[in-house]
Amino acid sequence: MSYEVLGITVLWIFLFGYLIVASIDFGAGFFSYYSTITGKRHVINNMIERYLSPVWEVTNVFLVFFFVGMVGFFPDTAYYYGTALLVPGSIAVILLAIRGSYYAFNTYGTNKNNSIYMLLYGASGLLIPASLSTVMTISEGGYIEVSDSGKVSFLFSKLFQSTYSWTVVLLALVSVLYISAMFLSYYADRANDRGAFEVVRKYALAWSAPTILSSLLVFFAIRGHNAEHYQRMTEHAWMFVVSFACFLIAVYHVWTRKRLGLSFIFVMLQFGFAFFGYGAAHLPYILYPYLTIHDNFTSEPMAIALISVFILGLLLLIPSLYLLMRLFLFDTKYVQGKRGK
Amino acid sequence: MLLSSYDPVMYSRMLTGLTLAFHIIFATIGVGVPLMIALAEWIGIKRNDEHYLLMARRWARGFVITVAVGVVTGTAIGLQLSLLWPSFMKVAGQSIALPLFMETFAFFFEAIFLGIYLYTWDRFKNKMTHFWLLVPVVIGSSASAFFITVVNAFMNAPAGITVKDGKITDISPFGAMLSPAMPTKVSHVLVTAYLTCAFVLAAIAAWSLLKGRNHVYYKKALKLTMVSAFIFLISSAIIGDLSGKYLAKYQPEKLAAMEWHFETTSEAPLVLGGILTEDNEVKYGLKIPFALSILAHGVPNAEVTGLNDIPEDEHPPLFIHYLFDLKMGFVAMMVLIASAFMLLLWRKRELAFSNKRILRGIILAAPLAMLTIEHGWIFSEVGRQPWILRGIMRTSEGATVSDHVDTMLWVFALLYIVLAFSSVTVLTRMFRSNSAEQEIEAKGIKGGDAE
Repeated sequence: MSYEVLGITVLWIFLFGYLIVASIDFGAGFFSYYSTITGKRHVINNMIERYLSPVWEVTNVFLVFFFVGMVGFFPDTAYYYGTALLVPGSIAVILLAIRGSYYAFNTYGTNKNNSIYMLLYGASGLLIPASLSTVMTISEGGYIEVSDSGKVSFLFSKLFQSTYSWTVVLLALVSVLYISAMFLSYYADRANDRGAFEVVRKYALAWSAPTILSSLLVFFAIRGHNAEHYQRMTEHAWMFVVSFACFLIAVYHVWTRKRLGLSFIFVMLQFGFAFFGYGAAHLPYILYPYLTIHDNFTSEPMAIALISVFILGLLLLIPSLYLLMRLFLFDTKYVQGKRGK
Repeated sequence: MLLSSYDPVMYSRMLTGLTLAFHIIFATIGVGVPLMIALAEWIGIKRNDEHYLLMARRWARGFVITVAVGVVTGTAIGLQLSLLWPSFMKVAGQSIALPLFMETFAFFFEAIFLGIYLYTWDRFKNKMTHFWLLVPVVIGSSASAFFITVVNAFMNAPAGITVKDGKITDISPFGAMLSPAMPTKVSHVLVTAYLTCAFVLAAIAAWSLLKGRNHVYYKKALKLTMVSAFIFLISSAIIGDLSGKYLAKYQPEKLAAMEWHFETTSEAPLVLGGILTEDNEVKYGLKIPFALSILAHGVPNAEVTGLNDIPEDEHPPLFIHYLFDLKMGFVAMMVLIASAFMLLLWRKRELAFSNKRILRGIILAAPLAMLTIEHGWIFSEVGRQPWILRGIMRTSEGATVSDHVDTMLWVFALLYIVLAFSSVTVLTRMFRSNSAEQEIEAKGIKGGDAE
């Protein structure tokens, strides 16, 4: 494996990690708000809070890691994406800022829940995936113009009017809600919280069909937008078939209310196969057609240093993350709320 | 007119400056407070004194709020680097990606253990187990300050690269981290962050004592924080002196601009205060003979490079002299306050906790310390203009050419105002509604064995 491929694989894994943990987080924020206005807050909120409180900070790091690593391995991405994404990137940052801080203000700061804080938190949780997903759309090409002198400009109206970009936004939204509800079903089941479980199970089942439908929509939209990419995706067709099979297994388990942990593993596999299939077909382009992973890849000593640090970092991170999960995910007493903070 | 026409370079500088100035407040708290929490918890366990344990717990509770704002503004500046300075990041990506990358690892490490620490207060039988969870938080927060300052040091004094026809070649990833500016910058940043947090926490205790709430809890808090502050103050003074010597050797133009030193001379005097006339004459300044030579090289007759020997288009703006003077004025006041407290503590113990002037001084020292950090950073950053990478890339070449930077500036300014307002409201409400006395009573804590 060349350093370029190794580099992009590492980054893609981190983006996938972000996709999962952030979806759980964003969706939970929305459900938390939704349950408030539908009067079910008392049923599911404790359970959501017990999960989110110790991990909310970690979620952000996956994202920071991704973009710092991206600039490190592929310095040209900073130039192209940086210039083009000023407005959408800033909007995403502002939403992340509002969400992160108001979560903390609400959870740690006040004794009673502040409904404005809850709204800010819930609404931003849906807007962030939408704004972040525009980066994916842009990477397909057609929304950035590079002049002869090298000036990069972002064609905002073109993105806004494109069917493809809207299908991606739709997919981002529904999959956030689906992943989150599937996870919360597992968590509620572990907590032995039947009331909460029944509520989130309904959410999970309700969002499963839209998720698969919007995935199909994105497929067709890619064909219309970037035929070359679509062609390569069909070469990796088996990954999408496996992904669909994982989806069926996951939903089946939630439907029968059995083996919810296994069910969530299949949710991760479902998105894993689809995400890596999509990513593999995207190669070698990072920004179609201007930037491939081979253009201006970082110098060899820097690539080696980054990869070595990455491995050392993982040696530190994996046990720590394991400890975090041991204490807050797999500790039955904590999950059931029998341990104080 | 500064803002009459759209100039992306100017707006990019303003937006970056604004985000950093806001972030640095929370970042400083993020670096220093975990150390103070660790100190309190450790003392609490060793002396079996519940007051110190409660102190650690209360500080940690407020700390989470500041961490949240620190995390989100840190994410903002991380992304803004690429959004506002794309050409610079292209170069930086090749040369200093390593410390940036390591910074995120440190941040990751800190985030994981902070989450664990906050939710496991009563989980372990052995109190030391919980204490050990804080060690990775302290290491992580200081390490992320370390690595990000390494990046900044590289921008001030690039190392580990070869520049050929304006292009960077032969990059040594670790060499780039060992820039000559690194040792002084990193140590200065760390120690002053610890110092500032010690003062901030001291101010909270002093505030309560001044309000007449003279529970022994506040006295213990004040003593712990002020003694720490005093020690950090001495260390930062020593490091500050080393920073001057570093400047003389590697960035003489910054030193010359900050001291309005135009002619290269030996036995150079140090100018305090004063104003600069249009033809670069210093008026009303207080000149201390030999002091600049001593500051720069440690001997009174050493030669100090003047601005006239530096090409004019590489001069930093001369107003940094005022920033530096102001900063040193703040430092002098902090030294005075901390020493007065220490003297009282040593001579007339009870007076240290009840003298109104001392308590007011300590309350004043906290914002002063924060202002010193801000002034120090502005001074350091503006002082390396016109360069973004000293000697390699000018700031104007690194900025974005995008439209809408001006709109983004206003939007972010609004965001920071809202965040500042909310976090202050939340923090004050949090501690007002649940005072230390109430908590001590609710928990049934007996006064520890210290008093």
